Amino acid sequence: MAGSSSAGFEQPTSFAFDAESEAEIAKLIARYPEGKQASAVIPSLYVIQKQMKRQTDSAWVPVKGMDVLAERLGMAPIRVYEVATFYFMFNMAPIGKYHLQLCTTTPCWLRGSDDIVAACREATGIQGWKETSADGMFTMTEVECVGACVNSPILQVDDDFYEDMDREKTLALIAALRRGEKPKMGSMSDRQNSAPEGGPTTMLTLHFAPEA
Amino acid sequence: MLQDKDRIFTNLYGVHDPLLKGARSRGDWDNTAAILARGRDAIIDEMKKSGLRGRGGAGFPTGLKWSFMPKQSDRPCYLVVNADESEPGTCKDRDILRHDPHKLVEGCLVAGFAMGACAAFIYVRGEFYNEGRMLQAAVDEAYEAGLIGKNACGSGYAFDVVVHRGAGAYICGEETALIESLEGKKGMPRMKPPFPAGVGLYGCPSTVNNVESIAVAPTILRRGAEWFTSLGRPNNAGQKLFCISGHVNKPCNVEEELGIPMRELIEKHAGGVRGGWDNLLSVIPGCASVPMIPKSICDEVLMDFDSLRAVRSGLGTAAVIVMDKSTDLIKAIARLSKFYMHESCGQCTPCREGTGWMWRVMTRMAEGKADISEIDTLEQVTKQVEGHTICALGDAAAWPIQGLIRHFRPVMEERITAYKARISSPSRMAAE
Repeated sequence: MAGSSSAGFEQPTSFAFDAESEAEIAKLIARYPEGKQASAVIPSLYVIQKQMKRQTDSAWVPVKGMDVLAERLGMAPIRVYEVATFYFMFNMAPIGKYHLQLCTTTPCWLRGSDDIVAACREATGIQGWKETSADGMFTMTEVECVGACVNSPILQVDDDFYEDMDREKTLALIAALRRGEKPKMGSMSDRQNSAPEGGPTTMLTLHFAPEA
Repeated sequence: MLQDKDRIFTNLYGVHDPLLKGARSRGDWDNTAAILARGRDAIIDEMKKSGLRGRGGAGFPTGLKWSFMPKQSDRPCYLVVNADESEPGTCKDRDILRHDPHKLVEGCLVAGFAMGACAAFIYVRGEFYNEGRMLQAAVDEAYEAGLIGKNACGSGYAFDVVVHRGAGAYICGEETALIESLEGKKGMPRMKPPFPAGVGLYGCPSTVNNVESIAVAPTILRRGAEWFTSLGRPNNAGQKLFCISGHVNKPCNVEEELGIPMRELIEKHAGGVRGGWDNLLSVIPGCASVPMIPKSICDEVLMDFDSLRAVRSGLGTAAVIVMDKSTDLIKAIARLSKFYMHESCGQCTPCREGTGWMWRVMTRMAEGKADISEIDTLEQVTKQVEGHTICALGDAAAWPIQGLIRHFRPVMEERITAYKARISSPSRMAAE
């Protein structure tokens, strides 16, 4: 992993937190008891990933970033590397502008996640998992249950869930992303979040004063 | 059936304002100081009397768990809330985080006070980025309004709430792995004992509770244990959030009474099984980790801890995964095997090696490319994994396969026979 350019990408030779990241890291460290700043390692790795997104349009965590973080948190660099590679949400190599994360675990599969995978492949030209489209726009990753099963199948784009997907909605979403639009996240069918389609079966008799 | 007046999660679908103003209008933070004024013992007593069993899957009595915390401690004590909701089929805590976050924040204060904790850490799964932001907004508001912080609700009690974001690892839903992760390490479960109530977060006494268990506490304390036990069934008190996914006409989350018949739950709230009740093949009644049950059991079974246990399955997180007759059950379970293989932390050999082995055999079983005797071998291997690991991930990987073999062995045999008839090739085994 460390420093490899053999994987077809270059690791930056340096990394420094920008002002936005500095502010976030300071806030994160302050949340934990004194001397327990290592607790901030996971949230801080997101800060690095986000900074890379801002600076290079690709959300990933370079080795130099982990080194800088290790120093900041008083951890050995290897401790940061092992955390970054243990968890699934840190990209250890550059990815495309949009990260298409497809849930294919049984609840999504039962409701047609295979169609969503096929539609993504068709629209982006990506064949395998963890691959990036030739134009650098999309990376496709197979993910395990994202925890929105009553709105399956789910297509997660970066941090946002697009729910109740089908082939047509997937093609339309990817086309919109290509145009530089970011459609509203959530259910793509006519539903109130996790309520049954057609309207809730509960809370029909209890009303609250409208929140002005 | 649960009546609207007995609902706890009155904003489950996010119809109303999830933040403080809306939450107050729904009764949250209503004189919380008076609850705290009852004192630690009285609160724990009331929770014990309510019979609330943990909503994260195991069903351990919540009040009893709180009582394990030391009465006096020279170290700080912590409440840790498990919002790492990752059990396939489960998406109930997500709705609490994004639509009723103040129930959780208030619950943290009440529970934390009862166990003598100085702070609550809420571990939110990394994928719940937007849900975590909503929760953080609620926490910020609560600080601002003096509901938590140095003098929480004017009670003189100091209490902090920290929202912590994870990064995508199912194993962190296991309480000791969650603690490891919160300390900034790989999420690998710890040996027990020592239990977290003795040595938990940062080596200090800690209690790990599920989001839903904590979020229902303030309402139980306001309305009383008697009200709660009037709902549900004996030893299975109260209401519960159910997640109904898979082959139903209208998948949804819904709050219902424990002990509601499965059929009523599915037909009343989820629009029934696709193609009608008779088109039902099997249901995984309580999230991916519990054994599936065939339609014949689903016809009558009640949705509570003890009823589902009696049919050798479990309520788990109350995530009901419905599969109609079009389902390739072997493939459905093989996909779960892949899930457990992917999520095994690799610490214990039976799980690390076993989950991969089980997935590879299940993949062949789905194709029929196996020998009938291998079904027994597969079952034996699940028993060698089950109970032989530090945490329950090994068990969770074993049970879905055991459920498949228990109820649908003929389907597996038929698949193998059909494959053999199609292609006459020598079967492979052993060195998977």
